[in-house]
Amino acid sequence: MITFMNSDSEEEVCNERTSLMSTESPPARSYHEGICTEERDKEVQEKRRGSLGNHGDADQCTPDSRGSSRSSSLEEDEEEEELTLKYGAKHVIMLFVPVTLCMVVVVATIKSVRFYTEKNGQLIYTPFTEDTPSIGQRLLNSVLNTLIMISVIVVMTIFLVVLYKYRCYKFIHGWLILSSLMLLFLFTYIYLGEVLKTYNVAMDYPTLFLVIWNFGAVGMICIHWKGPLVLQQAYLIMISALMALVFIKYLPEWSAWVILGAISVYDLVAVLCPKGPLRMLVETAQERNEPIFPALIYSSAMVWTVGMAKVDTPTKGALPKDQEQDEDSSDASGDHSYSATYDSPRCTPLHVPSYAVEELEEEEERGVKLGLGDFIFYSVLVGKAAATASGDWNTTLACFVAILIGLCLTLLLLAVFKKALPALPISITFGLIFYFSTDNLVRPFMDTLASHQLYI
Amino acid sequence: MTAAVFFGCTFIAFGPALALYVFTIASDPLRIIFLIAGAFFWLVSLLLSSLIWFVAVTLSSTKDESVQKGLLIFGVLCSVIIQEVFRFAYYRLLKKANKGLMTISQEETSPISIRQLAYVSGLGFGIMSGVFSLVNILSDSLGPGIVGIHGDPPQFFLASAFMTLVMVLLHVFWGVVFFDACETKNWWALIVVIVSHLLVSGLTFLNPYYKASLVASYVIMLLMGIWAFFTAGGSCRNLKRCLLCRDKDFLLSNQRAR
Repeated sequence: MITFMNSDSEEEVCNERTSLMSTESPPARSYHEGICTEERDKEVQEKRRGSLGNHGDADQCTPDSRGSSRSSSLEEDEEEEELTLKYGAKHVIMLFVPVTLCMVVVVATIKSVRFYTEKNGQLIYTPFTEDTPSIGQRLLNSVLNTLIMISVIVVMTIFLVVLYKYRCYKFIHGWLILSSLMLLFLFTYIYLGEVLKTYNVAMDYPTLFLVIWNFGAVGMICIHWKGPLVLQQAYLIMISALMALVFIKYLPEWSAWVILGAISVYDLVAVLCPKGPLRMLVETAQERNEPIFPALIYSSAMVWTVGMAKVDTPTKGALPKDQEQDEDSSDASGDHSYSATYDSPRCTPLHVPSYAVEELEEEEERGVKLGLGDFIFYSVLVGKAAATASGDWNTTLACFVAILIGLCLTLLLLAVFKKALPALPISITFGLIFYFSTDNLVRPFMDTLASHQLYI
Repeated sequence: MTAAVFFGCTFIAFGPALALYVFTIASDPLRIIFLIAGAFFWLVSLLLSSLIWFVAVTLSSTKDESVQKGLLIFGVLCSVIIQEVFRFAYYRLLKKANKGLMTISQEETSPISIRQLAYVSGLGFGIMSGVFSLVNILSDSLGPGIVGIHGDPPQFFLASAFMTLVMVLLHVFWGVVFFDACETKNWWALIVVIVSHLLVSGLTFLNPYYKASLVASYVIMLLMGIWAFFTAGGSCRNLKRCLLCRDKDFLLSNQRAR
């Protein structure tokens, strides 16, 4: 299954394209694992947007690594293969864990809090109701809902690309800050309220205010500025879960499934077509050597060790500082997605001991990035399966395994093609196939077996 | 029908599997991936067999009890055979993957041996099989109700949990023996694995009569376990050395790993 993870030393493509990408820039030796998948994040209202993790410095390191790569010895290649395989698997697991956590949070909430499975109206993006007398009408309505939703997403993506092209960074950042504010405060308030109602726990307003204020403020700081990596990851997972819960609640049943299918198709088109908005976004960002919307990407970047990119600045400490300066100059907000930035204020004193450690271990840790939209739509699929599959856990589990395998396959394809690839299509396709087949075929079979207590 | 029953049955059924996962698989990302892939293969096999059963049931539109029971038996048989076919298919896929890895890396050894893969795939199959069998029952056990109020055996949950445990462990052992049989082209071992799987599933047809089905299944599991142990390279000497902590290789390699 992991045969794809052969690092072609010749093609060091540091293609920081999308959500799945190694934050590490290739070191002096050609160790490279161009794990980048294009990812985009869809957002409906003033929400998140597709972001592609980009590494400003990645481009700079490419020429260097290319040169050094050609001179790497055979032994190094072999070692690289072995390490590449190990690290490839590690990347996959680094993505499995947050995706699993997000799905677990969503499924746990759906199964326990009634609020998110009650029908309480629909979003304005899905105006057609599904309470129609005939099936044909219902299908038609759901298709229309999907068309409207997808066109809203397309329009917003194009708007974002236009804004980015014309360097309206302040507008974009304001937009992002507004959406995270809403998620961290309003939706958390609603969520907390419903959870407290479910468990019949009384909480007074001052305590509630304190809790929500602290949660939200720390979240804003961690996501948009600097904070401990684990905390930032936890916040990103939580806001993805909250967003997914909103979708699960407000999207009518059939529309949700059709939208999931349509969004994977859109993802495929937007990322792979030459004129696709996301591809243009990524290329623009690459041209300018800037990271894209770091607030919208989950990063599992770990300690950066030797070979953090530039040949002239081989130490860990130096690079983060450069990045900081780069970012400030490009008027971007603090790049939280680089764990390095957390270290940068104290990069100088840190640099010496970390360098010493690196020399000792010669181990490279790198991070992977995944856009939040992927988290959201995976969780929507699994959550919808949990909410609507007639109380059956088998369907939920089947969808969960299908999505994980889809993610694995996407990474595999990524390593084979070394190009930007969308992360949604394979997983969502598998998830949809498994949802419908498990719900309609496996469930009656397993129920019948269970009622006779038969085991296969 | 309380939290005690829920937790008790969960830990009976999945305790050993969880321990195996935590101690042998969780530390190596490659093994985790192969575990999930194994679970996926079992899932696909289940899908196919459910499809066959569903088509058979829809085609025979009678509500006759015996016909339905016959179809169910047919479904179970099909399912067992398809599971073993998929186990074989997974074996072939892993061999190809391993070969690919070795040619790419030009090394003598691949990062994971076929024996480890056999164990991991068996565990993947087992965990998925156990989860699919038991999870709905577990979720029911949390709710209100009285077991056996209509004369059914009151040890329904406990028996289900034990049966699931047996299936999980059996899948691990079957995996080990199966892969080894495929490697050494020992077709008799293969047939014995398939027959024992059919036997265990068949024994569950005796089910409210737990004395027969459970005890026999456990006996089969023990026998398969001993066979798998010797297949995987264990021996009485090894076992003694391991238990008395005199196995120097094992101790050394453990230290290195840490």
